[in-house]
Amino acid sequence: MNFFTELREGLSISWGAIRANKLRSGLTTLGIVIGIVTVTLMGTAIQGLNGSFLKSVSSIGADVLFVDRASWFIHSAQEWFASRKRPALTLATADALEKQLTLAAAVAPVAQDNATVKYKKRHSAGVPIVGTTENYQITSGLTVASGRFLTAGECRGGRPVCVMGADAATNLFLNEPPVGQKITIGPHQFEVVGVLEKLGGFAADGGVDDQVIIPLPQYTQAIEDDPSYEIQVKISRLDQMDDAREELRTVLRRLRHLAPEAPDNFAINQQDQFLELFHQVAGTIGVVGLFITGLSLFVGGIGIMNIMFVSVAERTREIGVRKAIGAKRRTILLQFLIEAACICLLGGGIALAIAWPATLLLNKVMPATLSPMIAGLALLVAMLTGVVSGFLPAWRAARMNPVDALRNE
Amino acid sequence: MGAETVHALREVSLEIQKGEYVAIMGPSGSGKSTLMNLLGCLDTPTGGSYELNGLRVSEMNDNQLAEIRNREIGFIFQTFNLLPRSDALRNVELPLIYAGVSPAQRRQTALATLASVGLADRVHHKPNEMSGGQRQRVAVARALVNHPSILLADEPTGNLDSKTGAEIMALFENLSSRGHTIIVVTHEEGVARQSRRILRIRDGLIASDELVRK
Repeated sequence: MNFFTELREGLSISWGAIRANKLRSGLTTLGIVIGIVTVTLMGTAIQGLNGSFLKSVSSIGADVLFVDRASWFIHSAQEWFASRKRPALTLATADALEKQLTLAAAVAPVAQDNATVKYKKRHSAGVPIVGTTENYQITSGLTVASGRFLTAGECRGGRPVCVMGADAATNLFLNEPPVGQKITIGPHQFEVVGVLEKLGGFAADGGVDDQVIIPLPQYTQAIEDDPSYEIQVKISRLDQMDDAREELRTVLRRLRHLAPEAPDNFAINQQDQFLELFHQVAGTIGVVGLFITGLSLFVGGIGIMNIMFVSVAERTREIGVRKAIGAKRRTILLQFLIEAACICLLGGGIALAIAWPATLLLNKVMPATLSPMIAGLALLVAMLTGVVSGFLPAWRAARMNPVDALRNE
Repeated sequence: MGAETVHALREVSLEIQKGEYVAIMGPSGSGKSTLMNLLGCLDTPTGGSYELNGLRVSEMNDNQLAEIRNREIGFIFQTFNLLPRSDALRNVELPLIYAGVSPAQRRQTALATLASVGLADRVHHKPNEMSGGQRQRVAVARALVNHPSILLADEPTGNLDSKTGAEIMALFENLSSRGHTIIVVTHEEGVARQSRRILRIRDGLIASDELVRK
């Protein structure tokens, strides 16, 4: 008998056995269902988080250096107090960097604060207002969806204009076209000249999607007159990242007249640090989460093993008859393996039917999508659980002596 | 489970020809079940040899034995041993499935065999929907379906009333006259008398081997 026939016969036999013990099969399946649902949801959540984080991080760009007073990652209170005492970054520094850096493609000073934005009778409070130059479009990798970005002229002190993030625009204008309209920020009016493309993900929450971008001179007039700047430096070539970073550091030290032994009194921040930290955190969450959820799958697997032992014991006589009639060890082994795998696959199927709407619900709170890969993986894991936990009982059945099995009452 | 080894059979030397109808008799504990298990290739002897159709069964492994049982032996049990959840047709098809016969072919063969034991109208009944005699007929059909060299019946009438028992024995008579080799293990003198040759086993030895005069 070839393998395919054996598989088909095994399937039909195990389907009969499962149907003959509906309640028992159902209860056993429950363990697998719970296991697969939790593992699937966990996997989905991790994948969703990863995906949306990477998307928003990469939208800022891996080839941008951020010069700040303090490091993004402060590890102690002393470090924090020390960084408070550092001199602020000035526009003069930004200008000097723009002139002196050879490996930089663009330099943009950025100041940011929250303010209330009004349009006619509507207003949004706590909108991040960004004061910067035309280079911000390059350093932040922004795409304009309608209208245009700020021009160099406007940024040198010209007209009161602004570019709005996608969410900031929809929140204020609802369905009206924003370009050409005037909004009020603080005491001043700004004409909307452009709206940015929506980035989504983490950018939606306080990120670029929420921002209103105005020229720096307007910012110092309307929002704060002496802001603390961050200077964004976009590198020409990603493979020169280390050289560019070193050049930036050298120029900054020279500008600040630091003695050779003095520590930096500024910080150069990079996406990578973010990514690294995120990967660490996500990795830990992933491992711990999958371990805990995997535990429930393991318990489900033990349930399967248990019930398969019962099934084998119950059908000892049947096994004897089958062997007497000519079933080989392999045939019997396969029959019970398939039965275990079927119960688990059934559980996996039910689990996916539960996990799918659950993911949709979860998606309202955090980014999560049930990808076909995860669905396929879940079914594979379910089947493997069945095969692994069914192996011992199936092996016992396969090795039974037909004489003893036939004598079993 | 004692440490002492008990030899259920000793110095049994026996030859059965194709087409014979043999009864094996003996009280319980005599070793007749062991002899039947050996003849049916369910077990291999610890010593000595068994040759079936020129094949040395005594030296075969588990899988080879399974193949031999499938091809050469048709079992008929006292308790019928049909698969309870499967209908008559499916039960009879079983040996053909293990032999690797195609679905269409095995359905046809199984139906023909069921018809030959008089069950053409019961093919889709499950064992619990049939009488004892009908169940044993299904078992006979299952034993016959692969055209085995030996029909091996273990107390075939033990669970039947005398009338249906007689019917099954008549069926055996018929099969024997058509050239099937039949070995019946029984402790009923009346059943044994219907065969052509009676082997009596006592204490693991063949006590007598006589032909039946009719």
